[in-house]
Amino acid sequence: MAEQVVERPAAPVSPGERGRLWRRFRRRPMPMTGLVLVVAFLVLALAGPMLTRDPSAQDYNAIMMPSSGAHPLGTDDLGRDALARIASGARISLQAGLLSTLLALTVGIPIGLVAGFYRRWLDPVVMRLVDVVLAFPFLVFAVGLAAILGPSLRGVVLALSFIQLPQVIRITRGEVLAAREMDYVAAAIADGSTDGHILARYILPNCAGPLIVQATVAIPIAIIGEATLSFLGLGVQPPTPSWGVMLTTAQQYLDQAPWLAIWPGVMIALATLGFNLLGDGLRDVLDPRSGT
Amino acid sequence: MIWFILRRAGAASIVLFLASVMIFLGIRALPGDPAVAMAGEEATPEAVAAIRAQYGLDQPLPVQYADYVTQTLTGNLGRSTQDKLPVADILAQRLPVTLELAAIAIVIAVTIGLLAGIVAAVQSGRFFDYVANAIGLVGLSVPHFWLGLLAILLFSVTLRWLPASGYVPFSEDPAGNLQRMLLPAVVLGTGFAAALMRQTRSAMLGALTADYVRTARSKGLSERKVVAVHALRNSLTTVVTVLGLQLGVLISGAVVTEQIFVIPGFGKLTVDAVLTRNYPVIQAVVLVVVVGYVLINLLVDIAYAALNPRIRFGGGADG
Amino acid sequence: MTGARTAPNGDGPLLDITGLAVDFDTEDGVVHAVKGVDLSLGAGEILALCGESGCGKSVTAMSIPGLLPRGARISGSVKLEGRELTTLPARALRDVRGKEISMVFQEPMTSLNPSFTVGYQLGEVLRRHEGMSRGQARARSVELLDLVGIPAPDRRIKEYPHQLSGGMRQRVMIAIAVACSPKVLIADEPTTALDVTIQAGVLDVFRDLRDRLGTAIILITHDLSVVADIADRAIVMYAGRAVEQAPVTELFARPRHPYTMGLMKALPAAVTAAGVGERPRLAEIPGMVPTPMTDPDECAFQPRCPRAEPDCTASRPILEKAVSESPADGHTVACFHPLEGEGR
Repeated sequence: MAEQVVERPAAPVSPGERGRLWRRFRRRPMPMTGLVLVVAFLVLALAGPMLTRDPSAQDYNAIMMPSSGAHPLGTDDLGRDALARIASGARISLQAGLLSTLLALTVGIPIGLVAGFYRRWLDPVVMRLVDVVLAFPFLVFAVGLAAILGPSLRGVVLALSFIQLPQVIRITRGEVLAAREMDYVAAAIADGSTDGHILARYILPNCAGPLIVQATVAIPIAIIGEATLSFLGLGVQPPTPSWGVMLTTAQQYLDQAPWLAIWPGVMIALATLGFNLLGDGLRDVLDPRSGT
Repeated sequence: MIWFILRRAGAASIVLFLASVMIFLGIRALPGDPAVAMAGEEATPEAVAAIRAQYGLDQPLPVQYADYVTQTLTGNLGRSTQDKLPVADILAQRLPVTLELAAIAIVIAVTIGLLAGIVAAVQSGRFFDYVANAIGLVGLSVPHFWLGLLAILLFSVTLRWLPASGYVPFSEDPAGNLQRMLLPAVVLGTGFAAALMRQTRSAMLGALTADYVRTARSKGLSERKVVAVHALRNSLTTVVTVLGLQLGVLISGAVVTEQIFVIPGFGKLTVDAVLTRNYPVIQAVVLVVVVGYVLINLLVDIAYAALNPRIRFGGGADG
Repeated sequence: MTGARTAPNGDGPLLDITGLAVDFDTEDGVVHAVKGVDLSLGAGEILALCGESGCGKSVTAMSIPGLLPRGARISGSVKLEGRELTTLPARALRDVRGKEISMVFQEPMTSLNPSFTVGYQLGEVLRRHEGMSRGQARARSVELLDLVGIPAPDRRIKEYPHQLSGGMRQRVMIAIAVACSPKVLIADEPTTALDVTIQAGVLDVFRDLRDRLGTAIILITHDLSVVADIADRAIVMYAGRAVEQAPVTELFARPRHPYTMGLMKALPAAVTAAGVGERPRLAEIPGMVPTPMTDPDECAFQPRCPRAEPDCTASRPILEKAVSESPADGHTVACFHPLEGEGR
């Protein structure tokens, strides 16, 4: 397998340092733009559906209408309000991004901790399995899961979290290996602290920085992944308003209603861009040794 | 070098073995009777029985696996449940289309990504760097399929420069083939070019501050030579690594791009197979992707070693 | 060796630096790395620039052939045989680099390009400046490797840097530096990364080059044992300025500046005589080097100085001829209360 660029360990962040890191972060325009975009995305996903119309309400008197006062982003082929569907689609995107990342962290962190801490036979086995998972491109998992589970958001989340697992395991394991060499961990071992205590108290906090950076890289990939699978018909199914599903419809009416193809894509791009910018900024601040 | 290749080939075979086991078990993990699933829902009981016999589904799992491997290695991948054609024949027809698309996309992406990355690093902190970075970030943030839609909207619907979709084999009409492949290839290559640009820039920035670059400058070499010979040579390993890492993205992208531009390639075959639950085809498609992926990664590793004398010649005088 | 010898054309020293100052623009403000250094170098002379890390000695050296990173602002004058280098166009300056002024850096491990053979990296400079063909450059490269004491040079030339030891790599760096018979060789901590035994061998190469080729050498080092071993004359720098300048024997016999004295006290006694010994650390003077962000009009060393008086904060002492009864001339010091030359 090709050498993966594994994030180098970052220094653990003490509370006193947090203010300094924030000031360093705030001074840069790009990460701040990212933060604004991400917050806007979160607000849209959480509050948007409450403020807009019913995304499933069909209006046969207003089919494929361009932007108007009643429908700021126009309507689709069934007369549904595009803005309402965008807001609901944000929720699906957020679910796909957050759930898959959280699932990958929940499963991957313990595996990485145990493999890195106990080494012995476990570590090579885990790392070989990680290689195997890396040998499957993302789409193969998605295709396989869609074939087994049937196309659904559940299959999408599982596939998306599965492809994040190798990175989470590698990063956690790398941090554990680095932390094991630290004096304070050696001291804790000498003190007779329990393994669980050492892992939770001393080693896990070390992993936080790189894992946060990894999450900001993984979430936008998951957002694009969900949209792509749904667009292909392998993910979220109509009539659920996912951004990918909306673009499938838009493709059929590219001549008559081009606006339908614009807004969902702009939303995907802005959400992804937001996380990418934020991730770059966090990496600079939390993990200065790794390049962009 | 020989030992290095053998070691890597050994590791690749282990991965392939485990992957084939996973694919094999995957099909058997399907809900219900796998024979029914593979024959298709409306298949006759005779067809189901034939599938069961063909795949030896009544045999113990290890026997089934051995049989599966033998069949696969002799080129027998079963028959499609849709048109009853041998899966191997379908692949032979579809794969070249996708390989052409991917090759054009890679050529475009490497040319643009590498050049932009080098210039951005040399001009770091200046106008070109900011513009290239901004475009690169946007390129990474825009999904293939939306870019494809926008491209069709602009070039086919609005400007009417290029046909929106369709495919002509290269052997029949080379010009028409390239004309129809250009837009999809650009769409497919964009994300790749963006990733490559960012990685090249970062590697070149590192190389340009390296001690050996300072040495090269102290020799009085021209800046062009310092950048193009000394810094670039050491950044190429990064380019090769990115090539390997982006491969999965490229495969996924090809699937989407073919779907949008209605190109009858491997990717369209994959989506159609999943939507019609054509399990023999799905099984073969996954196998092909994994084998291709592992083999190309092996090539990437070898290229990586070829670029790095430390690996090529083994350990040095002082390790 | 007394003072700067004049260049062959007789118009003055080979290399003449006056009022050199270097500022860096950083995220945190402007850093004054060098605040006005005068320096002259005669043909065939070995001049040591010494001081703690951060005193500006490396920046001074790098600014001579114009190798400072982007964001550096340079003022003052650097003249090579009367030709001003600071205002030279980039193209003309590249003709000087590697040909008339060449450099050897501290880190032999990373200063050679890992992707190219020793022969390529050595031949490159010959092809660039001497217009040699590949074949000619190869033959000359073998001679050069032999000159710097690398055994089996015709075999070594095909090897990659990682196949050589640190000492060997530094000899390769020196071979590259002297390939075009430069007038001035600048060596920035050339032995710091090497073992003591290998260090002596590399210093011998420098001495040999000066004797055989007449190359003038500026040696940047924090290691006074190296200074004592090889240099003719030394300039001690502190906080971006020269604080004392003298022929080496005079300097070691009668250090005038309290800072120089402090550096010497950190040395094992045997060093000045034998030239080698345990490498001393210079951090044994109490207190901190002042921040290069500010430049108050006072003696920069006075917060750490055992001889400080109230007038040391009133204005900044300039480099002046030391009052000395010794016949050795050219001893200058920047101090209001210099030591009386009692030795140590």
